[in-house]
Amino acid sequence: MSAAVSTSARASAGWSTSLVSALRRSGWTISLLGILAVLLLITKAIQPTFGASGIQGLAISVMPLALASVAQAVVVIARGIDLSVGSMMALTSVVSAALMEGRSETAAIGIVLGVLLLGLLLGAVNGTLIVVTRVPDIVVTLAMLFVWAGCALLVMETPGGASAQWLRSLTSGPLLSSWIPKAAVVMLLIVAVIWLPIRRSRLGLSLYAIGSEPLAAFRSGISVGRTKIFAYMLTGLFSAFGGLSLTATTGIATPVPGPYTLMSVAAVVLGGVSLSGGRGGVFGPIVAVVILSLLRTIMTFLNVNTNLATVVQGFILVGVVMVGSLIQLRRSRR
Amino acid sequence: MTVAETTPEARTSWFRPSAWVKVFRERPIIPLLVILVLLVILSEIIRPGIVSLNWAGVMVRTAIPLAILAACQTMTMLTGGIDLSVAAIASMSGFVVATLVNGPGLWVGIAVALAAAAVAGLINGIGVGVFRVHPLIMTLGMSLVVLGLANVWQLEMVQTGAGVPDLFRRLGAGMVEGIVPYSLVVFIPVAAWVLITLNRTGYGRLLYAIGDNPVASRLAGVKAWQVLIVLYVISAVLAGIAGFLYSGLTNVASVTLVDTSLLPSVAAAVIGGTSILGGRGGYGGTIIGALILTVISSLLTSLGYPEALRQILFGAMIVFVAAAYARVTGET
Repeated sequence: MSAAVSTSARASAGWSTSLVSALRRSGWTISLLGILAVLLLITKAIQPTFGASGIQGLAISVMPLALASVAQAVVVIARGIDLSVGSMMALTSVVSAALMEGRSETAAIGIVLGVLLLGLLLGAVNGTLIVVTRVPDIVVTLAMLFVWAGCALLVMETPGGASAQWLRSLTSGPLLSSWIPKAAVVMLLIVAVIWLPIRRSRLGLSLYAIGSEPLAAFRSGISVGRTKIFAYMLTGLFSAFGGLSLTATTGIATPVPGPYTLMSVAAVVLGGVSLSGGRGGVFGPIVAVVILSLLRTIMTFLNVNTNLATVVQGFILVGVVMVGSLIQLRRSRR
Repeated sequence: MTVAETTPEARTSWFRPSAWVKVFRERPIIPLLVILVLLVILSEIIRPGIVSLNWAGVMVRTAIPLAILAACQTMTMLTGGIDLSVAAIASMSGFVVATLVNGPGLWVGIAVALAAAAVAGLINGIGVGVFRVHPLIMTLGMSLVVLGLANVWQLEMVQTGAGVPDLFRRLGAGMVEGIVPYSLVVFIPVAAWVLITLNRTGYGRLLYAIGDNPVASRLAGVKAWQVLIVLYVISAVLAGIAGFLYSGLTNVASVTLVDTSLLPSVAAAVIGGTSILGGRGGYGGTIIGALILTVISSLLTSLGYPEALRQILFGAMIVFVAAAYARVTGET
């Protein structure tokens, strides 16, 4: 409530302040990158053998969650939330793996495109239901979490399927230098190619507008409903990429959704996207995902119980959100 | 209400949708009961002979732990929040008792489990009430913390061996004459307390007020942070009690036992007419909602439908019911 008011006040204040807020936005990502660098140094100090192969492994394990958090970030920016991201990933993953099993490499190209379309469709269903029924986003996507997970189980009851070889090779191995993992490059390319043009376009602006103040956006002539559906379609698309990356990195598909929904919400918050919408980007969450899994790696190296690592992640999530909302409270009081 | 209602014209108004809309809005429990009865009739038609006193007892027994978990969701949703940590807390408390029963004893175990649950709830409440963290995030983070700590506890306790205490097994799964479940001994006081708190006490009024209009309630002098801290402690303790019943019902003590009931607990509250935006709803509808969900899932299981279809149907039903409420109450 208060955040929305302060954002709209800032938007009306003009260009100079919006520049400041843009700097502040990237400031968060920059400081996250700083934390990441420090963590990498710590990892290296603890485990001197941590090198190119460690980075490779990190990139591959991070890829599905990073795509999930991008998916979540898009819709959170538009003041929504999608609790069905994990289920959509499971569904797209099993569909791709089931179709690719026993098919040729060239057929897989069509399958991948089809699965991406499926992702757009799933997102469109989510968005349309939210806009048409006027039920809160949380309730609808919570319900769709069941629906998509059930569909995934209908497609495939037990883990199975296969992945095309070219798809697998897209995510494994290095590119140019042994220090640059292909998975990271592919992931960043996907996000950059889709997100950056949208971010610069009218639609991107509308996304941020309906996120920061739907009423003001409506009065300035934005179709709030259509923009929201578009946001959910983008989320579906990135979830489909996430599902494909699950198939590609593991070679099979599992019909049971992983912990991606909850972790994506965590990463989005850590990545500097405000849950009240309108603020943040998609690259902060990606860095946050890398930080979260690097923390896990460090704790493994330190022989910390992996369950305690979960506890630490929970505390980090809660702690960061608390600090974040304290800052927001301060700002709104000024 | 007025004299005009007694004219023949007004009597026919029962056949007009607007009259139904009014019933739906003011007494959502009536259409819910109708749906429940229809479901029972449907069960009997599809599988003749399935409906019996024993069947009804089993349904109630299965629905009770879910209804208690859904009480947590109902109360937090009334303030515009949600408590996603209930499943982790419930699993944890059932598990803690099971690990302590052979050592320090049952009552120590219960005390430790409820105290741990209350601490988790206290932290939730401080986060939501004082630091204004979004309840979804706060309780999500808390569920990670509780699950992780429960896992650590599991590794510590692996030597002592764990077993669900007899008391819980009797309370959770036992039935008098195969008809009346013992868990009513727990449920009736809990449900009565929740209903009285929500409908007859000042504290219940405050919950509705905060959810309905936070600004107005603040201006009226409500200290929301105190109300919220108490609320999340209550929610966590109720979750702990539900966890005891779950471990008794399934005779399993596991740190992820209740996870599959988290979303049904939200579903039961939503179907029961509680708005996730806060300020509207009540516990009576939630109890019926939990019964409806239980009957549907047993019907689908008895038909041999796969788990997948059940999930799809659950999801579709939540959207449909929530949309119906949104339409009827005119909320956005």
